[in-house]
Amino acid sequence: MRYRYFPGCTLKGQAKNMENTTLAAATALGIELVELEEWQCCGAVFPLYEDELISLLSPVRTLAAAEGEPLVSLCAACHHVLKRAQELMQRNEDARHKVTEFLEIDYKGEGRVLHFLEVLRDDLGFDKLAEMIKKPLEGRKAAAYYGCLLLRPSKVMQFDDPENPTIMEDFLQALGAEVVKSPYRTECCGAYLSVTEEGVAADTVARILDSARKAGAEMLITACPLCRYNLENCAAEDGKEPVKVYYFSELLAEAMGLQFDDLMAKAIERRRSSDVGSS
Amino acid sequence: MSAAANKTRLVEEMKAQSGQDPSQCFQCAKCSAACPVTAAMDLLPHQVIRYLQMGMEEELLKSKTPWICASCFTCAARCPRDLDLARMMEGIRLSMLRCREGNKFGPADLTPEQLEKLPQQALVSGFRKYNK
Repeated sequence: MRYRYFPGCTLKGQAKNMENTTLAAATALGIELVELEEWQCCGAVFPLYEDELISLLSPVRTLAAAEGEPLVSLCAACHHVLKRAQELMQRNEDARHKVTEFLEIDYKGEGRVLHFLEVLRDDLGFDKLAEMIKKPLEGRKAAAYYGCLLLRPSKVMQFDDPENPTIMEDFLQALGAEVVKSPYRTECCGAYLSVTEEGVAADTVARILDSARKAGAEMLITACPLCRYNLENCAAEDGKEPVKVYYFSELLAEAMGLQFDDLMAKAIERRRSSDVGSS
Repeated sequence: MSAAANKTRLVEEMKAQSGQDPSQCFQCAKCSAACPVTAAMDLLPHQVIRYLQMGMEEELLKSKTPWICASCFTCAARCPRDLDLARMMEGIRLSMLRCREGNKFGPADLTPEQLEKLPQQALVSGFRKYNK
């Protein structure tokens, strides 16, 4: 299974561990993620007014660079922007004409745009994944935290049911964890309000963590670096039973029995072989 | 430009650029029940749509609410009229950023500690959202 891989800025910075663990696990699962050459920012936020065409330039350039091959990303925000930019290119002919003319590229909105979890669910299959697990996370009480960007708007994202998703729980089950459902798993963490309105993010994060704690979870998984930052930094957690936050891929690598040294080595090896392949 | 022309401009632009027609809202307030950040808002989400219906643009442009909206899209997921309020909030913000106040937030507003710890994604999206 071969995919073009778009990392995005955060996966090369604060969320390097999400990339390392995913690349190592993907290699072990026989999923080939070939990093796009000379990729740039996904655009970071999808423009909600359709005349904000300048914000579409970098995501459309990325979509076109995948050349019709399935394009995979890991960061929830990158996936959100790329998926919605593709939908806009398919639907709004005028916008597509202007953007592709400006970029001097030919792009018609074709190709699958996937989050890595969708690759695991739809292409590999969670049953198959479960068979390949070497160190099941037995007795570990894990809850899914979906946040916003993977799920909504569901008509465009087509990731899962926006109110009652199951993909992350099914993923955790495949890893052998004890799955705990928390009612606040689809609520917003406060996003970048943690930068401008700290008090607001403190409230949203406290509700999410308290809800997970009450449900009995000892850990949460996320696919979003900003969700993780907020969950780890925005609420006063003093004296409370800790709820740890992990990238979904960290638990995946652990359940596949990949040690940190292995992960680093394989990630570096992958990078080297893709550099050789592209030169 | 007269106040009246201004009022229609915001709503007309909104219809054209976001496909959202505030007059379709019947004020059930499910958006306000769904919104996770109403505690910090001076107008509730459904009230913002009501103000749009009434053409009360000046009041909307003074409100804190569009800047508190985190674009989490929960309101749109639950709207029985299939309206996307996040797009309307974006329209109010853009109206401010494009014509009135300029940039709202930049790197100088952050502490060195924040700059060190924040994920790159938060910095880029924050600057994109609050600047033009």
